[in-house]
Amino acid sequence: MSEPFLMRALLAGLGLAVIAAPLGCFVVWRRMAYYGEAVAQAGLIGIAAGLALSLNLTASVLVVTLAVSMLLVVLSRQQLVPFDSLLGLLAHAALAIGVILASLVRGPQLDLMAFLFGDIFAISATDLKWIYVGGALALAALVYVWRPLLSLSVHEDLAAAEGTQVERVKFIFVLVLALVVAIAIKIVGVLLTIAFLIMPAAAARPLSETPEQMALFAAIFGSLSVALGLFLSVSLDTPGGPSIVLMLALFFVAAILPTVLRGRR
Amino acid sequence: MDAHNVQGDLPQLAPARHTHDHHPHPELDAGPPLAHDADALIGARSLWLTRSGRAILQGVDIDISSGEILTLIGPNGAGKTTLVRVLLGLEPPDQGTIQRKPGLIVGYVPQRFEVDRAIPLTVARFVELGRRAEPEEIERVLADVGAGKLGDRQLSELSGGELQRAVLARALIGSPGVLVLDEPVRGIDYAGEAELYTLIGRLRSERGFGVLLVSHDLHVVMAQSDRVVCLNRHVCCSGVPESVAQHPEYARLFGAQAARAFALYHHHHDHRHDLAGEPQSPAGTDRSTSERA
Repeated sequence: MSEPFLMRALLAGLGLAVIAAPLGCFVVWRRMAYYGEAVAQAGLIGIAAGLALSLNLTASVLVVTLAVSMLLVVLSRQQLVPFDSLLGLLAHAALAIGVILASLVRGPQLDLMAFLFGDIFAISATDLKWIYVGGALALAALVYVWRPLLSLSVHEDLAAAEGTQVERVKFIFVLVLALVVAIAIKIVGVLLTIAFLIMPAAAARPLSETPEQMALFAAIFGSLSVALGLFLSVSLDTPGGPSIVLMLALFFVAAILPTVLRGRR
Repeated sequence: MDAHNVQGDLPQLAPARHTHDHHPHPELDAGPPLAHDADALIGARSLWLTRSGRAILQGVDIDISSGEILTLIGPNGAGKTTLVRVLLGLEPPDQGTIQRKPGLIVGYVPQRFEVDRAIPLTVARFVELGRRAEPEEIERVLADVGAGKLGDRQLSELSGGELQRAVLARALIGSPGVLVLDEPVRGIDYAGEAELYTLIGRLRSERGFGVLLVSHDLHVVMAQSDRVVCLNRHVCCSGVPESVAQHPEYARLFGAQAARAFALYHHHHDHRHDLAGEPQSPAGTDRSTSERA
């Protein structure tokens, strides 16, 4: 682990694991996995725009994820098309537009894989700053809305009747999600970002008695998966992002297996 | 969102035709919108609400007074739940005003409470999730609703009746001035239902809060009700339970059989007022609560 690129990869992955854990719990609780997927896939448009205009890619992705989040807030108010269908539509339209834009910008020899699955070994010092500063901001915002967000995730009307500022809290959550997705795309790519959010949380659920415990276990599973995934990647020369996600999947299976074997819970 | 002091459109903005010229009960009409009763915990005047072209509330006036149990009955689709949501500030009315006593704390028991198993949550934590509370208060409200031993259990492990008590305990945190219960008996059996109403009646006596109780069945709630408002998009009739049960409008809405069955459930009360004393004028003239020990 003396190689600087490996050190940066580890720091990036661990940072993301800690940020993604509590946020991922809310994505699971609020059933927003598909929502997150749509926002993440739209990130590819941001990458293409960033490449075309030679901008910082995380910044240009952030602009797009924020814009798509706003769009979804507006679109969620219509009821003609079910929201999950709309999310699927948007996710794949965005993916198609992103791939087309990227290939127009860079030509057919563009390494799409790096954007779809991330390139954790190419993390720069600037990327690390994004992860840690942006991540600290995201965590602070999440701590700030933790209690009302938890309350409205349990029962929205009850929370609203008790005086929770439901729309405001949900809005902050959506912004935090857009920020973390933008940070994560550089590391695990547009296709694996949501996995990095929901898999540690899902693995943590069977072991947890409180919401905070679930976030803590998720952070532990995420961090261990990063370390083990990078080790696997270096040992067998497998791609970094998918190797981490494989470890997350194994943790999930190990965590849920006793429950499944015991019967229903 | 300013859910705690909703001031909708001014009542005089209501078109003139809204003053009930088509109202089936002119004798109960109060004419132009009444002023708000300053003593009411939550008061509403001339609430109108239309959704998808369907009129749901048509000029509803209602007041919840301190210490009284006000029961809202009405057939399915009468707008009971919508009225509750409007009173709670969860939905804005198209027209009309809602006034809340300043600083009023509202305890709410929603109609449907489905536990999300994805969220690990103990009962104690759930109870103080809306309004913060010290461990002593959590223990006290849980004991008050007969759920003293449930604090450490997971919410997802509770039975229907236990869950109902947990939700009621949450509503009691912070000493609410008013408790709003929207058909709180869904999913529990008849014995549990009667027990729950007795519990609410006892808590009201001990704590003195006002209660708005929504029910589809007058008979089971009447022993605990001080005043009944019968809603069918507008207020059909209101008064003490006995008078509402004998009101022709009640018989029309619920059928003659329901009105006859009522006799079987009839309890003896020493209320002195009659319907004439309670003509849609909820201006705090009905103070029957002191009669109920």
